[in-house]
Amino acid sequence: MPVDVEARVISNTRLSPDYNVIALAAPEIARAAAPGQFVMVKPAQASAPLLRRPFSVFEVLRTNGRIEGLTLLSKRIGTTTNLLFNAAVGDVISCLGPLGRPFDLIDPPAEAWMVAGGVGLAPFATLAEALQSRGINVTLIYGARTSRELFYLDWFRTRGVRVLLATEDGSSGDRGRVTVPLERELQAASDRNVMVYACGPEPMLEAVAHLASRYGRPSQVSVERVMGCGLGGCYSCVIPVRNDNGGQHYVRSCIAGPVFSGEEIVWD
Amino acid sequence: MGLTDLSVKIGSLTLANPLIAASGCFGYGVEYAGVVDLSHLGGVAVKGLFLTERQGHPPERIVETPAGMLNAIGLQGIGVHRFIKEKLPELRERRATVIVNICGSTLDEYVELSRILSDAEGVAAIELNISCPNIKEGGITFGCSLHGTFDVVSAVRKVTRLPIIPKLTPNVTDVASFAKASEDAGADAVSLVNTFLAMAIDVETRRPKLSNIVGGLSGPAIRPIAVRMVYDCHRAVKIPVIGMGGIASAKDVLEFMIAGASAVQVGTANFADPFIWSKLLDGITEYLNRHHIPRVSDLTGTVDTGVHAAH
Ligand SMILES: Cc1cc2nc3c(=O)[nH]c(=O)nc-3n(C[C@H](O)[C@H](O)[C@H](O)COP(=O)(O)O)c2cc1C
Repeated sequence: MPVDVEARVISNTRLSPDYNVIALAAPEIARAAAPGQFVMVKPAQASAPLLRRPFSVFEVLRTNGRIEGLTLLSKRIGTTTNLLFNAAVGDVISCLGPLGRPFDLIDPPAEAWMVAGGVGLAPFATLAEALQSRGINVTLIYGARTSRELFYLDWFRTRGVRVLLATEDGSSGDRGRVTVPLERELQAASDRNVMVYACGPEPMLEAVAHLASRYGRPSQVSVERVMGCGLGGCYSCVIPVRNDNGGQHYVRSCIAGPVFSGEEIVWD
Repeated sequence: MGLTDLSVKIGSLTLANPLIAASGCFGYGVEYAGVVDLSHLGGVAVKGLFLTERQGHPPERIVETPAGMLNAIGLQGIGVHRFIKEKLPELRERRATVIVNICGSTLDEYVELSRILSDAEGVAAIELNISCPNIKEGGITFGCSLHGTFDVVSAVRKVTRLPIIPKLTPNVTDVASFAKASEDAGADAVSLVNTFLAMAIDVETRRPKLSNIVGGLSGPAIRPIAVRMVYDCHRAVKIPVIGMGGIASAKDVLEFMIAGASAVQVGTANFADPFIWSKLLDGITEYLNRHHIPRVSDLTGTVDTGVHAAH
C-alpha cells in the first residue's frame, strides 16, 4: 500500500549544472520499494505545482544496515525538477509511494544488462543490488550526451557491475547511442542467456526493445509518460500495448507499468 | 464531537457525508481501495461509462496550467457491461456508495445505460454526463441545449427509479436555466460544474499541448466561477445541487455548501493528495463544532448576502 510521507531533505548533491541527487527521509517508502517502482513528489507547502511528478527510487539509504530514506536522481527541466535542484537540507517534500509495477527479477545463470539513457539511470542502482544478491552478473550500458553527464560510475564499478559507456560526442566509451555497445554485446553473447532492462527516453527504449528482440532476447523497459496521479485515477499516462487479437489498447503506465515487456508495447 | 451529523440527503439517497469523489478523477473507485476506505466517502462517482468500451484520445491527455489542469482523456473506458461484471462487485463489497456517471452519443444510449444500471445491484444513483467537453458526439450537445437536457432527463426518468443527477456544463451563458430544465424533467439533483473548455499552446513549437487540441480546465483556477454557478442554481431550483470545481480544502467545501450545495465532489485535488478525504472531513467537523452547527446540511444555501437582513 502506498503511503504519503512528508519527507525532510537529508542532503542534496549537485552532480552537474542540471543533475542532482536528493536524499529524502522516507524510510517507510524506501523499505517497501521494489526495483523499478516510483514515487510521486511535490513540495509539501507550496500550492504550485498542483500535480505531483513521478521519480524512480534511485538509492535506498542505509546507516549501519538501518534504512533511513531514499534518493531521487533528477534532471531539471520543469518546475518540480527545478524545485528539487534548489531544495535545501531540512526542506519538506511530499513523497507518495511506492507505486507501480517493478522489474521482474531473473535467476542465474541468466545475466542482466541494464541499458540507461541520461536520467534513465535512476532505477538501476536498486535493480543492480537486487540482482546481485541473487547471484546475477550485472552489466550497465550507459549513455549520455557527454562524459560530464555520466554519473555514479564508481558506485556501480565498486559493486562489481561491468560498465560500458556511450556518449554522443565520443568523450567516453563509444561515440553514439547506447545501441552501439548494446548491439556489439548482443552479437558477442549469442550463447548466453540475457535479460535486457532499459530506462531512458522513449526513442531509446524503442531502439533497445527492437534490438533485443532482433537478437531473440527478452527485454523489460521502464517508460515515463505524463502522469497526473500515479494511482490509476486519471487515465493520462496511457501507453498502447498489443491485444491478444492483434489489435492494441491503452493501459495506464502508472499501474500496469511503468515496467513493460519490450515486446508488448506498440511503439509509434 | 461525535454528535456532529455529517450526513446529507440527495433526493431519496442519504450520504454518510457530503464528500463525493468526482467522476474521471477516481478511476472506478477500486484503484483507490488501498489508500482510502471507500465506505468512508459520501459517494464515489465512477469514470464516465458508455455502453461499449472506448479507447479515448491519444496522449498527451493532460497538461498543468496555472492553478489548474487541462484534460482531454476522451472517456477511455471499459463500458457498462464490463463495469458491472468486473468492478461493481468489489465496490459493493467495500460498501461504497456508487454513483455511475454515464455518457451516450444518442438519447437512446442514455436510456439503455440507465435501464441496465437499474437492474444492477449496488448502484446508488446515476449521474448523467451531458457535459463532457472532450468528445464530439453526443453528451455535450444535450447539455448545451435546454430542450436536449429536458428530453434526456425525462427519457431516463421513465426507465429508472434510481436518483438521476444530470451533470451540467459551465460552458453555457445561464447554467441555472439548465438546472431548472433538469428539475422540470424529473431530476433528483443536479451536479456542477464539469470542466471549462480551454486550450494551451507550446509557443516554441506552436503546437497545442493536448493531442485533442482543446480540453477541459479543472482545479482551483475555476473555483470562484463554480461557486457562483452553484449559487445561481441553488436559487433557481428546489432539488439539491452538488457542487464542484477546484475544491482542495475543507474551507472550499464549506464555501460551496454555503453557496447552495447539498454535497460536493472533489476531482483534481485527489490527484495531488489521495489522502485528502479524512483531512476534509476533519476540517468540516472542526468548523461545525466551532460554530455550534449540529448538522452539516444546515449550511446549505446560508450565504448571507445582506439582502434579507432587514425583517
Ligand atoms: C482527468 C479528468 C477526467 C474527468 N473525467 C470525467 C468524466 O469521465 N465524467 C465527468 O462527468 N466528469 C469528468 N471530469 C470532470 C470532473 O468530474 C469535475 O467535474 C471537474 O474536474 C471539476 O472538479 P475539480 O476542479 O475538483 O477537478 C474529469 C476531470 C478530470 C480532471
